[in-house]
Amino acid sequence: MSIGRRDFLKASAIATTATAFAPGINLIELAAARNPEQAATAIHRWGLLIDVNKCVKGCTACVDACFIENGINEKGSPTTDAQWIRKVTTKDKATGHEQIFPVMCQHCEHPPCVDVCPTGASFKRKDGIVLVDKHICIGCRYCMMACPYKARSFVHQTLTGQNHNAPRGKGTVESCTLCVHKIDRGDGITACADACAGENHKAIIFGDLKDPRSEISRQLKAQASSQIRADFNLNTGVRYRGLS
Amino acid sequence: MKAVHYSVIQGKSFGYILLLGIFGAITAFGFGAALYMEHNGHIVTGMNNQIVWGLPHVFAVFLIVAASGALNVASMASVFGRALYKPLARLSGLLAIALLAGGLAVLLLDLGRPDRLIIAMTYYNFKSIFALNIILYSGFFLLVGIYLWMMFERRMNPFTKVAGFFAFIWRLILTTGTGSIFGFLVARQAYDAAIMAPLFIIMSFAFGLAIFLLVLISSYAWTHREIGDAVVERLRKLLGIFVASVLYFVLVYHLTNLYVTEHHGIERFILLDGGIYTEIFWMGQILIGGLIPLLLCLTPLGRSRPMVLLAAVLVILGGLAQVYVIIIGGQAFPLELFPGKGVSSSFFDGQITFYQPSIPEMFLGFSGIGITLLITTFAIKVLPFLPNSLANKDVDPHFTDQSKGDSGPSAEAATA
Ligand code: SF4
Repeated sequence: MSIGRRDFLKASAIATTATAFAPGINLIELAAARNPEQAATAIHRWGLLIDVNKCVKGCTACVDACFIENGINEKGSPTTDAQWIRKVTTKDKATGHEQIFPVMCQHCEHPPCVDVCPTGASFKRKDGIVLVDKHICIGCRYCMMACPYKARSFVHQTLTGQNHNAPRGKGTVESCTLCVHKIDRGDGITACADACAGENHKAIIFGDLKDPRSEISRQLKAQASSQIRADFNLNTGVRYRGLS
Repeated sequence: MKAVHYSVIQGKSFGYILLLGIFGAITAFGFGAALYMEHNGHIVTGMNNQIVWGLPHVFAVFLIVAASGALNVASMASVFGRALYKPLARLSGLLAIALLAGGLAVLLLDLGRPDRLIIAMTYYNFKSIFALNIILYSGFFLLVGIYLWMMFERRMNPFTKVAGFFAFIWRLILTTGTGSIFGFLVARQAYDAAIMAPLFIIMSFAFGLAIFLLVLISSYAWTHREIGDAVVERLRKLLGIFVASVLYFVLVYHLTNLYVTEHHGIERFILLDGGIYTEIFWMGQILIGGLIPLLLCLTPLGRSRPMVLLAAVLVILGGLAQVYVIIIGGQAFPLELFPGKGVSSSFFDGQITFYQPSIPEMFLGFSGIGITLLITTFAIKVLPFLPNSLANKDVDPHFTDQSKGDSGPSAEAATA
């Protein structure tokens, strides 16, 4: 078998290109934080593990921290005020057994909000974070209809005192961003997880589901966990432990 | 059958100007309400993070659904070759366009950011059934427009049938698309049913025809043109068939839901203990919008113009009630995050939500009807949409008054 001149040239061109670019790709893969010019990559998938048994009744540290971090400060109209994270109480109808834990955007692998959004304002980053592009959202609220977790809020009024990290806008829809601004600057933790740890409850673990060495992956491997409404097959990025 | 002569209406009378004024005012109030809502945010409406689609959506969806149904009369003439409906085809096309315009205007003005219309039209997520609907609506305007042109332009007449056929197919897809907006929301129990799309199609038949009848009879009365029983009686019976079909589909919808244990909660809510929604369902949708019009349409009881008008009005009211129950009732029933568990939170998890439409929302909703009627009233003055006469002798020389005979459904109804 003989290799023609043209084939040889083609093969060497591919090889050269590969050697030139491969180290670059590696570099991006290994870096934990990325600078804002770089796109999020599918190397990571960020998520949370929430230990229901460690969450303390009456504690709202995660909720408070989230609201401060993201400048959610409307008050006085419970039905319209935004809630990116909330404490939910479930009660077993037969036994009366109660469980209390936080619920937020579950950052699905197959997010229904992204599927239905007419403009593409709802989108999922390569690293699994589900976000709303506030510049493209037309405020149709179809995503709120589609979300099985009631995770989204619509901004019903003019806002004041916004946090520059988390731009919000009247007439658009928003939800938990998994503190994307903190992830992107390499903080390695969300405000809720941070606050929970600060209270020494450690009920929320943040981390990379794709990195087998991460705390979250090791914990998930070690013990049983579940997803809310796993029957919808959305493969959520937020997992729960101890949910009965 | 004789050749049909169409003419524009004079539109100089005080009554006509008054009518334009009223419809114009309703429209203006709606725009005012929308401005007010946009300026203050949706906080001035009854909508909230639980009921995210409110009264404006009820009107918008009703009008959009009715739009495709209004085209039915024209389809029966062009596609199914029913000669009797031919003189009515132009008005049918006009109403279809006017209703769609009214519905879409309300939908648009209720957006959180109506100022971003350009974004809505330039950024498409093709996976979204909503985006698909935007394309379907634009196509509908275009196809019905072409269809009307074929009808108006004598040399284009031969193409009427083809254009009518495409418009007919398109409208079926369009209503399926509208129904699918809900069908895709699997997490919401009320909408998790395959029957949603066909239900919307049959609803469109009934709503569209009711509005058509109402506009037809009143415009003929006000312009002193003659319209005979040959037309009215057939449309009345046809409406009866459509109303019966809607009732049938609603029955099937609830029966199938009752088979699925998972859906017992929502069924109980709508049918038994949902408070206002249960009332609107039984009183509004079933009694006022279903059983009474059924009686008026299919028995001699309704054989007078006022009764036919009453039946049409009731079908419209019942239709609004039905869409209200579907849209608002479907949202008021809580999402099941944890099936089988009692759930509570500061975000109203597990709770049935209260919704009270505010005045601006009502204005905005009604403006959809205002826009529709404004367009229609104006259009029949500038273009010859209405036949000079729909008297029995002009539309069906063989028509015999059946008032003493049977009043069973006509052949037209069966083919529809
Ligand atoms: S409200 Fe905004 S993000 Fe949600 S579906 Fe509509 S355009 Fe998309």
